[in-house]
Amino acid sequence: MTSRTERLRRDSLDAVPSIDAERARIITDFYKVHLGRHSTPVLRARAFLAICEQKTLWLGEGELIVGERGPRPKAVPTYPELTCHSAEDLRILDSRPKTSYRVAPAVIDVYEREIIPYWTGRSLRDQMFQELPQEWHDAYAAGCFTEFMEQRAPGHTVADGKIYRKGMIDFKADIAAAEAALDVETDPEALDKREQLQAMAIACDAVIRFAERHADLAEEQATQTDDVERRQELETIAAVCRQVPAHAPRTFHEALQMYWFCHLAVITELNGWDAFSPGHLDQHLEPFYQQGIADGTLTAESARELMECFFVKFNNHTAPPKVGVTAAESGTYTDFANINLAGLLSDGSDGSNQVTHLLLDVIDQMHLLQPSSNIQVSRRTPDVVLKHALKVVRNGYGFPSIFNADAVVEEQLRQGKTPEDAREGGCSGCVEVGAFGKEAYILTGYFNLVKMLELALHDGCDVRTGKYVGARTGHPSTLKTYDDLFAAFSTQVRHMVDIKIRGNQIIERFYATRMPHTFLSVITDDCIARGKDYNAGGARYNNTFIQAVGIGSITDSLAGLKQWVYDKADLSLARMVEILDADFTDQEVLRQRLVNKTPKYGNDDDAADGLMRQTFRMLFDAIDGRPNTKGGAYRLEMLPTTCHVYFGEVCLASADGRREGQPVSEGISPVQGADRHGPTAVLKSAAKMDHIKTGGTLLNMKFSPSLLEGDHGIDSLHSLVRSYFKLDGHHLQFNVVTADTLRKAKAKPEEYRDLIVRVAGYSDYFCDLSEALQDEIIERTEHQAF
Amino acid sequence: MEVVTGRTEADVEACPTGALQAVGRKVTSGELTRELLHDRVFFDESGGGVTFSGGEPLLQAPFVIETMRALREEGVHTALDTCGFVHWETLREAAEAADVVLYDLKLMDEARHKAATGVSNRVILANLQSLAATHEHVWIRIPIIPGVNDDEANLTETARFLQSLRGIRQVQLLPYHATGEAKFARVGLNYALHGTVPPDDRTLDTMAERFRANGLTATIGGHS
Repeated sequence: MTSRTERLRRDSLDAVPSIDAERARIITDFYKVHLGRHSTPVLRARAFLAICEQKTLWLGEGELIVGERGPRPKAVPTYPELTCHSAEDLRILDSRPKTSYRVAPAVIDVYEREIIPYWTGRSLRDQMFQELPQEWHDAYAAGCFTEFMEQRAPGHTVADGKIYRKGMIDFKADIAAAEAALDVETDPEALDKREQLQAMAIACDAVIRFAERHADLAEEQATQTDDVERRQELETIAAVCRQVPAHAPRTFHEALQMYWFCHLAVITELNGWDAFSPGHLDQHLEPFYQQGIADGTLTAESARELMECFFVKFNNHTAPPKVGVTAAESGTYTDFANINLAGLLSDGSDGSNQVTHLLLDVIDQMHLLQPSSNIQVSRRTPDVVLKHALKVVRNGYGFPSIFNADAVVEEQLRQGKTPEDAREGGCSGCVEVGAFGKEAYILTGYFNLVKMLELALHDGCDVRTGKYVGARTGHPSTLKTYDDLFAAFSTQVRHMVDIKIRGNQIIERFYATRMPHTFLSVITDDCIARGKDYNAGGARYNNTFIQAVGIGSITDSLAGLKQWVYDKADLSLARMVEILDADFTDQEVLRQRLVNKTPKYGNDDDAADGLMRQTFRMLFDAIDGRPNTKGGAYRLEMLPTTCHVYFGEVCLASADGRREGQPVSEGISPVQGADRHGPTAVLKSAAKMDHIKTGGTLLNMKFSPSLLEGDHGIDSLHSLVRSYFKLDGHHLQFNVVTADTLRKAKAKPEEYRDLIVRVAGYSDYFCDLSEALQDEIIERTEHQAF
Repeated sequence: MEVVTGRTEADVEACPTGALQAVGRKVTSGELTRELLHDRVFFDESGGGVTFSGGEPLLQAPFVIETMRALREEGVHTALDTCGFVHWETLREAAEAADVVLYDLKLMDEARHKAATGVSNRVILANLQSLAATHEHVWIRIPIIPGVNDDEANLTETARFLQSLRGIRQVQLLPYHATGEAKFARVGLNYALHGTVPPDDRTLDTMAERFRANGLTATIGGHS
C-alpha cells in the first residue's frame, strides 16, 4: 500500500454505515410529477437520470477512482419504490446491536412526512404481497423458503469485457440501430420495444451526465487546491471522467473508472442482489496494463495503487439494509461484489496473467470486506498461480475462495450455453455460476430441506405456526418402511417447490412489467438486440435458481431415522416424532446415539453419503428444467449464505440429534462437528454429489494456520484443492484461524475488530456476526491434520 | 494391547456418547486395502501414498506385506517405517514390497542402545548393512532426543557408519516432541522423558550440517 491508499483504506474502515434519504426524496418527488406521463421503462430511466443529475457528489481527499452511490462513503440510499422501510424499521436499524446503520432523526422525519405516505400501498413489495396466494404466505411464514426479490431487485450479475471496448455513445448507436430495425407491421411488440430502447438510451445519457458532473467537480477542486501534485491528479480525474463512460477507456486508469461508473449505475438505478461485479478483472485489465507498461505511463506500483483505490470504493458501499425477516436471514454489511481471477479465456486457454498476481498482492495487502475475490482454477491454471492464491488464503482472510473453472464451464454447457460464453462466465455472489454480461441468473430464495422432512413427519403440518403448509402425506404410523418415509419427504419437497415456483412466476412478471433495469439492460447481451429488458427475458440466457439449504442435516436425519426406526427398530416413527417434538426432553441417550452412533455425511461413508445422493437426485428432479417466465429454466444451487441459522430457528429438533432452533448445516458442509475423518473424507463425501448438475455448491473448511506453514503446507493444500476438483467439486473455501483466537475475539471484540472470517460464500468481520453465527464458526470442525 | 478398562466391544457399541472408544480394531488386509483406496485421488494428485508405521509394523509382517503388495498392484506408493529389530528374512521380504523403507537409527553404542531401548542394536545394524546393499530407497530416520542420543560421540559415529554404506543418501533428523506425554498418562503409563525440552533449531541445523559434511542429504523433520 502507498500512504494514500493506507489512508483511504483506514477512512473506509472507520466510516460508519448510515441510511441516507436523498435518493428516496428524489425518486418520490419524481414519481409525484411523472407517474402516468411515460411508459414504465421510460419512467424508470428518467427517474434514474434525475438521480444522476441531482444527487450530492463525493470526491474525497486523495481519491483517484471517484464516485459514490450515496452522498458520502457508507451512506446507503433506500429504494422505497421497491420496499419502503417503516419508521419502526429505521429505528431498529439504528439501534440493533449487530450490523446497525446510523439513522439521523431528519431521515426518519422525511420518511414519516413524505416517503412513507407516498409509497404505502404503491411500493412493488406491497403490490406483490397482495398478489401472492395465501399458500405462499403461509409457507413463507413457516420458514419453508425465503424470497430474494421481495425487497431487492433481481441482480446477481457481472460485467463482461464489452465495457472496456465500447463507451455509452457506442451503445447508443447500437440502440438507435435496433430501434430503426423495429417493424410495427410484423412485430406486435414493436412499440413496447421502442419504449424499452428509448429508456436504455436515456440510461446511457444518465451515466454520461453523472460522469460529467464528477469531471466538473474535479476541475473545481483543482482550482481550489494549493497542492500542485493534487491539482494534477484532479485534472487527470476530470479528463478520465470526460472520456469514460461516454467513450471506451484507453488507459488502465480509465478502465477501472469505466467499470466503477457502470457499477454505480447498476446499483443506483435498482438495489439488485449482490450489487454488481467486475468478473474477470485481471483478464479485462491485462491489455491496458501491458500497454501502459510499454508506453511508460504505468508501473506495477502505480497500477497497484489504482487498484487499491478501486478496492476502497467497493468497501465504501455497504449493502442496502432489509426489513423484516430477511434481516436475520442475511445479517451482513457485505454486498457480495466478487472479483474473478485466472480462469479461462474464451478460446479455452489459460486466463491468468501478470495482473492476476498484482491483484493477489492487492487482496493480500488490503484485506477488506469488499470486494470479495475468487480464483478460478482450471486444469490449465499454472500451479504457481494457485499457490500464490493459497498463500493469500493462508494469511487468514478467507479469500480468495477457490473454484473449479472446468466444472463451472461444464455446468453451463449442460444448461445449453456455448463454450465461449461459458468460459467468459464464472462465479459471483457466493458461488453462483453465470455467463458474465449475457445472463440474468436470478437467485430466488433459500429452500429449507430440514423443514420438508419435518412436514413429512407431521402430515404436512407446520407445528410452530399450526398451519398445514405441506402436503397431507399421512400420520407417521402409516410410514411403514424407509421407502415410505422418503416418498413422503419427496412429496413435501415437490409440493413446496410448486408453491415456491408459483410465487416466483408472479414476482418475475412484476419485475418484468413494473421494474425494468434499463442501464443493466444496456450492458447485458442481447437486451438491445431483442428490445427487451434484463428483467423481462432480454438477456441471452435466463436461469432462475432455488438454493437448497441443509443437505448435511437432512442426510444425517434420514440416516438417524433409517437406522434407529427402520433397521434396528428400536422405536416406532410415531414415538420418534414425539421425542423430536419434545426437543429430546429426558431422551439424551437417544440424542447421543443419533449424534455419535449413526452414519454421518462427511466421513466418506456410503451408508450416509448414499442418502445424500438420493436426496440430491430427488431435489434436482423436482426443480431442474421447469420453465420460468423469461424463456429460461429453474435450476438448483446448494448454498446458504447465513440462512442456515434462520432455517434452524424455525425448525423443531431433528433426527440428526440437532436440538430445536439450532442452526442446520451450511452449504454442502457436513453438520458442524459430524465429520471426524479429516478433510479428505469431507471432500470425498461432498464430491459424491453431482456438482455439474447444479449452478453452484459451497464447501467451507477451516484450518489452523499452523497446518499451512511453509512450502509443505502450501503444497498439501494445493494437492487437496486439485484432488477435489479432479472429482468435479465446484468450490472450496478456507477459514485459516484457530478456534482459540475466535473465542478470544468473541470475548473481547474490541481487540479483534479487524478479524475477518469466511462465513459462507463470503467473508465478514467476526465481531459483526450474531452470537449464534460466532458460536457456529467456532464449532465448525477445526481440522488438525491432513 | 490388553483391554485396559475391562470393557468389551459390546460396551463400546452401547455407549451413546462415543466417550468409550476401542483403541484399534480388527481388519483383514482386503478390507484395509479397500479403505485406503478411498483416498486414491489424493495420492495421485499429491504424489503421496501409504506409510506403514507403528509401533512396529513388522510385528504383523505377513499382514503388512500382503497389504503393501495389494497397494502396489493398484499403483499406490508405499513406505515401511521400521526400527529394524526383526529377522533379516522378514525385513527383506517386507522391504521388497515397499517403495521406500524408513529406517530408524537411534544409537550406535550397543550398551547405550540396550539401556535406552532394552535390546542390543547388533541385529539392527547388520540388517541395515544388508538392506542398503539390496534396496534403492532407504531413508534413515534419527530421533534427536536430548540427553539420550544427541551427543557428539553418537552423532559422529552414526554419520561415519552411514557414509560407509553404499546407497544410503537420505537422512532425516526428527526432533523430540512431547505430544506423547498426554497419551502415556491416558493409559496409565509412566513417562520417563518428563521434563525433556525439545532441541532448538540451531542445534538441529548444526547436526544436519555434520551429516551433510559426510556426503549425506540431511533434513530436519519428516518431510522429504
